[in-house]
Amino acid sequence: MKFVIGMHINPAVLEALTPEEMAAIGEGHGRFIESLKESGELIVTQALVDPSQAAVVTVRNGQPVVTDGPFLEAKEYLGGFYLVDVEDKARAIELAAQIPDAAIDGLGVEVRQVMFSDGQLDA
Amino acid sequence: MTELGVEDLLREIAPQVLGALVRRHGQFEDCEDAVQEAVLAAAQQWPAEGVPGSPRGWLVTVASRRLIDQVRSDHARREREAAVAVAEAAPEDVPDADDTLVLLFLCCHPALTAASQTALTLRAVGGLTTAEIARAFLVPEATMAARISRAKQRVKAAGGEFGAPGEAERAERLRVVLQVLYLIFNEGYTASAGGELHRADLAREAIRLARMVHAQLPEDTEVTGLLALMLLTHARRDARTTAAGDLMPLAEQDRSRWDRALIDEGMRLAKDSLAGLELGPYQLQAAIAATHSDAASAGETDWQQVHALYLILERIAPNPMVTLNRAVALAETAGPRAGLELLSTLDSDARMTGHHRLLSVRAHLLENAGDPAGAYEHYRRAARATASLAEQRYLESRASRARPRTAP
Repeated sequence: MKFVIGMHINPAVLEALTPEEMAAIGEGHGRFIESLKESGELIVTQALVDPSQAAVVTVRNGQPVVTDGPFLEAKEYLGGFYLVDVEDKARAIELAAQIPDAAIDGLGVEVRQVMFSDGQLDA
Repeated sequence: MTELGVEDLLREIAPQVLGALVRRHGQFEDCEDAVQEAVLAAAQQWPAEGVPGSPRGWLVTVASRRLIDQVRSDHARREREAAVAVAEAAPEDVPDADDTLVLLFLCCHPALTAASQTALTLRAVGGLTTAEIARAFLVPEATMAARISRAKQRVKAAGGEFGAPGEAERAERLRVVLQVLYLIFNEGYTASAGGELHRADLAREAIRLARMVHAQLPEDTEVTGLLALMLLTHARRDARTTAAGDLMPLAEQDRSRWDRALIDEGMRLAKDSLAGLELGPYQLQAAIAATHSDAASAGETDWQQVHALYLILERIAPNPMVTLNRAVALAETAGPRAGLELLSTLDSDARMTGHHRLLSVRAHLLENAGDPAGAYEHYRRAARATASLAEQRYLESRASRARPRTAP
């Protein structure tokens, strides 16, 4: 079963962390990625740039309009995700709990099953 | 020989070659890698250069050489080199013994997760390449390679041995083997959009493996039952979806599109399996599938018999899904209200809370009971709960069909 483990980050929470805490999060993700690769459960992981760098595209009367900034003004944004192929939902939840973000107030780790996929997976 | 012919041949003899190698050298993990390399080499060379006189002998020789190369290049395992090298001399004597079952028992080792048992079985017994298995499960090859290698380490660490398990353990291990084969089959049968073609191949592969086990254990009624169940289910594959890829429920399928030959074989096997003294879940599920296959139209289905079979299944293998299916059969014989009453016994089951199958069956029975508002609501909830896109489309269409007309 494929799941996306999405990491919802709060830029203000991240900024308040000490450099040591930030480094520990990075190392935690590194270890997490290694163990996922070894177990044969990782399909891909991607991290996204800061939401301030986002652009929202709308098309009205056939004309695209581009607005800088995120779609929703919110405190939390999608910061990145892990796409995993695991035994069941319980295992996806077990993995989510190993992500360093899950232990930090104000950061959210969300598990959702994949419903449809297509495209090259070996990229 | 064509590429396809070579592939079929390789899949058939790969487990025999692996069995021969493991018998000679031990070290299942290393032998399995070596056979995979030999199979890949054969898949490249044979279509162009022709199949050698003794394909098995060729594969055993090539795999043995790869194994020795591996061991030689591995300094940490240098001490094992001597043992392997001694055996290098006589690569031609392939034993006639069929090691399929022994390999299956090893690949379906209880220390492994179902996903790992499946992957290892397809590679070591099915003779599929890692790339093929990865494509079938829609994951990158690196992911599948890691999973297989981890599975082999686990088997080794758990002390998995190449040899038939003892009498006491045997029944339980065979149960796991059948479960893994059924899992592979269902993975192929519940094909979603995307790699539909490859997944249909998985169903065929599961049937091929079940045939191999059946050939080894023709007297085992559960093995016969599983093979019958697969054939009867697979016979409906073309009728199961519309040209547009939408799901077609059993009651509405065009039965002339069912594969007659598969049904005849499945019916015969289902009957054979019931002749035994013991009654297991696969035999019963095959008997249920056979009852459906026996009906010329959905209206002619012998629902009394289907209900009776689910009742027995519920007793020997209690499971909320079985109760759910029995409720459908009960509704056909005793009316939708009786079915709904039985469904309500599942409401307290945590495994069924918010399950799309419970919601959709309830929707269906409410519809038949003349409650379109209730049916609409439950179809919509079921559509939101499912993880299958095809099923979601189907449930949405049922919801709009059930939607009560509102006053203008």
